[in-house]
Amino acid sequence: MNPATTKTWDEFMEGVWRQNPVFVMVLGMCPTLAVTVSAVNALSMGLATLFVLVCSCGLVSMMRKIVPKEVRIAIYIVIIATFVTVVDYAIQAISLALYDALGAFIQLIVVNCIILGRAEAHAAKNPPLPAMVNATGMGIGFVIGLFALGAVREILGAGSLFGVSLFGPDFQPWVIMVLPPGGFFVLGGWLLLFSWIERRKQRRLTEATQNA
Amino acid sequence: MTKPANPPVVVSGCHPAPAGSASPPPQVTPTTAMIRTMGLVSAICGLIIVGAYQSTYDAVAANKRIATERAVFKVIPAAKSIVEYLALPAGGIEPRVGAGDTPIAPGAVKFFAAYDERGQLAGIAAEGAAKGYADTVRIMFGYSPSCQCVVGIGVVAMRETPGIGDKIITDKDFLANFKALDAKLSADLATLANEVKTVKHGTKANPWQIDAIAGATITSRAVGKAINDSAQALLPRLVPNLDKLASKS
Amino acid sequence: MHETAFQIFVNALLANNFVLAMFLGLCPFLGVSGRLDTAFPMGVATTFVMLVASLCAYGLNLLLGYFHLEFLRLISYIVIIASSVQLVEMVLKKYSPVLFRALGIYLPLITTNCAVLGVALFQTAREYDFVQSVTFSVGGGLGFTLALVLMASVRERLQLSNVPDLAQGTALSLMLAGILSLSFMGFAGLGG
Repeated sequence: MNPATTKTWDEFMEGVWRQNPVFVMVLGMCPTLAVTVSAVNALSMGLATLFVLVCSCGLVSMMRKIVPKEVRIAIYIVIIATFVTVVDYAIQAISLALYDALGAFIQLIVVNCIILGRAEAHAAKNPPLPAMVNATGMGIGFVIGLFALGAVREILGAGSLFGVSLFGPDFQPWVIMVLPPGGFFVLGGWLLLFSWIERRKQRRLTEATQNA
Repeated sequence: MTKPANPPVVVSGCHPAPAGSASPPPQVTPTTAMIRTMGLVSAICGLIIVGAYQSTYDAVAANKRIATERAVFKVIPAAKSIVEYLALPAGGIEPRVGAGDTPIAPGAVKFFAAYDERGQLAGIAAEGAAKGYADTVRIMFGYSPSCQCVVGIGVVAMRETPGIGDKIITDKDFLANFKALDAKLSADLATLANEVKTVKHGTKANPWQIDAIAGATITSRAVGKAINDSAQALLPRLVPNLDKLASKS
Repeated sequence: MHETAFQIFVNALLANNFVLAMFLGLCPFLGVSGRLDTAFPMGVATTFVMLVASLCAYGLNLLLGYFHLEFLRLISYIVIIASSVQLVEMVLKKYSPVLFRALGIYLPLITTNCAVLGVALFQTAREYDFVQSVTFSVGGGLGFTLALVLMASVRERLQLSNVPDLAQGTALSLMLAGILSLSFMGFAGLGG
């Protein structure tokens, strides 16, 4: 791979894995926990956020030279709110059932910290293409995070995935998983798992350096 | 490759620093430039929003109509088409003009007249809502003028406990209550002759009572209250005007 | 259906607690709940801003409804909330420096708090009238404060106990929040 592609790839993977917004940075928690009662809801919410993230970062990046420093936050918020409104109407047009399931949380994408954070920290300083690549990475990281939560909660809480029953009629669902406390527990569990993996990698690394 | 022992968990990083807290700007932007940029941004954003609204308007309206029709057809299986009506506070009914987001007059009750394939009245459907266990339970119920009774219910929206409260859509014994739930009006047509009421599981004695689901009494009671409140408001205005609805206009 | 103001208040405060049942305002909930003496002012400041946001949203709804511009609702809410927070900050700074010192540093953070936009969106979705909106926002704000204070008290105690290294930090807070949320579920059905 030539250096330019490596850099782009690196930028992309940063959001997907190393700086995963859900598991590593723990940002944008409100939708993360509220809508992940099923895999479908989680995935649609993730995709909606991805769309808003990429579009807003693109537009913010295009306007970065003409936006005065003093009013930049206000302008970013207006831009984000615009794309959220677009997504809001798009989801209504695609499926009303999905719109009812996600409820006010579609509109609450506006105050999702990830988007404003990306706009401020990355898009405002970089040209449109890298900004959008970075935003796509972050967005996909967010989709993965939401899906991981939604899938676990649906499998345990309803015994199904994407509405397809997995364990047959004798399975007694863990109802608590689709109720609010379950959201906290599952995310806490995922974070534990991640910190355990990180810890183990760390130990391997120190052992390797000591042996060498 | 070195990595910090613990990945930094930046929870407080949620919030951007307020605009004013940045170190003193190299030069102060003139006010006109700020206003010009904000105006430009607002114009672009306004265009995008209006574009999205216009291009999805028809699809959204169609979706909403289909969703309502589906809910009505579920409670009145014979229905093939619906017409939306308002029952006015002064008594009397009128077809609702400008469906969708237009606000309805205060005190008016919305209902749907459902017609079968020959254009004859198959039943009336109306919405009701009452406080359940977790949140408001919103239901749609079908009313048959010929037997003066409720002939079916469907849930429009609820957040009841899965596996307990949400049995109201699946529990066969509970749904059997709504095969012919008595909703006759009293002689002066001012109120229901007997209040629709949810009673404890296994104590149903009269056709206007609803046998609650054991273990989900609060949700069952919400369904009863929703039907009762809505029927009390709607039926006294509706029944004297039923002949106006007899066939599709 | 008509909910009484009392029902709305109790529901927003306990049964449908903004943080523990509706997942609104989690960022400050996890970020500022480390110590009791910051958690309480944060809660009070948020309650105040929620009340202001709710009033603004109510007025704005009338205006947008009058002009049939409902599709501009979201963008106007966010702009109004952001600017009213700024205004509140300036007014406080000028007329009540004591209060400003207590709440001031939290005010800018609250602009991007889901709970504030949430209160505006939910009261619109549920078509609350003026009194209902006000009770809803105050109840929700106090519920937020309650959750924050409870969480902070538990976390202060936890600092003295021996927790496995692995579970330190956010994972532990989330588990705690889960248990709090579980206990708040006991309030369901209260405002029947």
